Amino acid sequence: MNPLTQITARPTVLDIANIDTDQIIPARFLTTTTRIGLGKHAFNDWRYRADGSPDPDFVLNQGEAGDRVLLAGDNFGCGSSREHAPWALLDAGIRAVVSTRIADIFRNNALKNGLLAIVVSPEQWASLHAQTATQWAIDLRAETIRAGAVTVPFKIDAFARACLLEGVDELGYLLKRTDLIDQFEQGRAA
Amino acid sequence: MSGKTLFEKIWQAHEVEAAEAGRPAVLYVDLHLIHEVTSPQAFDVLRARGMTLRQPGRTVATLDHSTPTTPADAEGRHTYADSATEAQVRQLEANCREFGVTIHGYDSPSRGIVHVMAPELGLTQPGMTIVCGDSHTSTHGAFGALAFGIGTTEVGHVFATQCLLQQKAKTMAIEVEGRLKPNVGAKDLILHIIGQLGVAGGTGHVVEYRGEAIRALSMEGRMTVCNMSIEMGARAGLIAPDEQTFAWLRGRPNAPQGTDWNQAVARWKQFATDSDAQFDRVVRIDASAVEPSVTWGTDPGKVVAINGRLPEVADEGMRKALAYMKFEAGQSIHGVPVDVVFLGSCTNSRLPDLQEAAAVLRGLRVHPKVRMLVVPGSEAVKREAEAIGLDEVFKAAGAEWREPGCSMCLGMNGDIAKPGELVVSTSNRNFEGRQGKGVRTVLASPATAAAAAIAGVIVDPRSFQEVAA
Repeated sequence: MNPLTQITARPTVLDIANIDTDQIIPARFLTTTTRIGLGKHAFNDWRYRADGSPDPDFVLNQGEAGDRVLLAGDNFGCGSSREHAPWALLDAGIRAVVSTRIADIFRNNALKNGLLAIVVSPEQWASLHAQTATQWAIDLRAETIRAGAVTVPFKIDAFARACLLEGVDELGYLLKRTDLIDQFEQGRAA
Repeated sequence: MSGKTLFEKIWQAHEVEAAEAGRPAVLYVDLHLIHEVTSPQAFDVLRARGMTLRQPGRTVATLDHSTPTTPADAEGRHTYADSATEAQVRQLEANCREFGVTIHGYDSPSRGIVHVMAPELGLTQPGMTIVCGDSHTSTHGAFGALAFGIGTTEVGHVFATQCLLQQKAKTMAIEVEGRLKPNVGAKDLILHIIGQLGVAGGTGHVVEYRGEAIRALSMEGRMTVCNMSIEMGARAGLIAPDEQTFAWLRGRPNAPQGTDWNQAVARWKQFATDSDAQFDRVVRIDASAVEPSVTWGTDPGKVVAINGRLPEVADEGMRKALAYMKFEAGQSIHGVPVDVVFLGSCTNSRLPDLQEAAAVLRGLRVHPKVRMLVVPGSEAVKREAEAIGLDEVFKAAGAEWREPGCSMCLGMNGDIAKPGELVVSTSNRNFEGRQGKGVRTVLASPATAAAAAIAGVIVDPRSFQEVAA
């Protein structure tokens, strides 16, 4: 994975609580055997009208193309363990999700794919919400979101952060522990 | 020094490397379950790196999500919803052949929904760590196993190393005090609990369900409760194993046999929370206050007692949920017209679930305006149900008796309802579009689902159950 240190992207507000993984990517699009090309189905049922045309009222269909940061309502990503959710968001150009709470499995999956899952306090969320006219700069090393007039600090899991900053592959990290795993298995067999 | 919780004991027994500042623990996985939806990309990672499974004997596969629930034709051919679902099934079959993984495919008498099949085979055992690329892996916690859902990247980690990098969750005790009323069951209880705690009430925690009402549940009831732990955001749900657990597991194909059995039971008995252990959080639930419960909104935390009224609008989320469901604030849930009834899913597709519904349906007819689908959780459940004539009860009532699979719980296999239809479903998620675009889902127990099928509207199942008894 390529190192990830900074993201500059346009904020998009989706102020809805409990956005579940079935909204992020409906189950009928999980029939793929690859991880590519899911972006066109991100938020499919909110994004397209019955005739398949983009719904101009949905925020992701508004504004110019390019990278986005999603400022989402509380408890984002609840529901299933489908990693198709972060795959779809990244493929749709969403580089980070900022919410007051992010579901455990989604957050885990997101960080493993370089999608920043950032939890802020309700007060910080409100201050970010007032700064959506300009691009935001997220600095993973400094753990800050610079949004117009405000700079909001955040904390991300230290290990996940280190892996992202250095482009470390977690499987590679685990494979380096093969001796320990051998010992563990031998200890149990004894 | 204070004692340990069940969770901490299982965790400690599987720590290959303890967590340190800035570094997660390396946790060993005893049992890895896989299905066709969340595994193909993980097999690709192995292939790309020229790797094999570290412990192929600890991985077991099944076909459940994309499989049709209509029977195969005379030549054994299945009719899939589309070419993609068929390709996904074929891919898993091919991957299991290539990497030496046991798969319970169409030719297996054990095939079923992953969380129904693994306990039936005795693969699920107390004190184990169990993972699957599926959030309802929490089901296996009913046996006192630490079981949780993982993403596909992590499926690849387990393939390659039999381990996961994990941060330890916090602990929560849900003490269910007293006894459930007659004809109030496990599904009503867990819906009530999620209604109380909300869909994020368990985030970051592993829940242990405790108390008299939990002890009194059957193993299938305990699975129903643990299954829905994820619906309140919990990482996992656990119930300490007891004599009932051991009796349920005894003699199952993968359970220890002979003298190994006694040793296993002695070891399993250690997997209980010490009396002086501390939980990070304790929640108390009065079992006697639980009524037959259903959901009214678009997340499993929006719950109402069957004779209750929907709440008044308190926020935008509630307004949005009411609009999607075409309900009014303050209305009664009783009497809401029903289009489809789905009896199935990893929450409620086991033999006692089918019996609970059949007891309501026996001798009656599904309302002419209602379509009812009954989808047993596994080939074993299907066989057992047919052996005692439950299939005939359902068919005589006018319900469709189908082949095992996840089916309309998430509709990946094409079992969906039409836009705007209302489905009373024994599954676990009522999210927008979960059972088909625009479909409205009301989560309920098997008895409530069966009663709705007969009445054509949502009703208190006890009126039927009291007659049946």
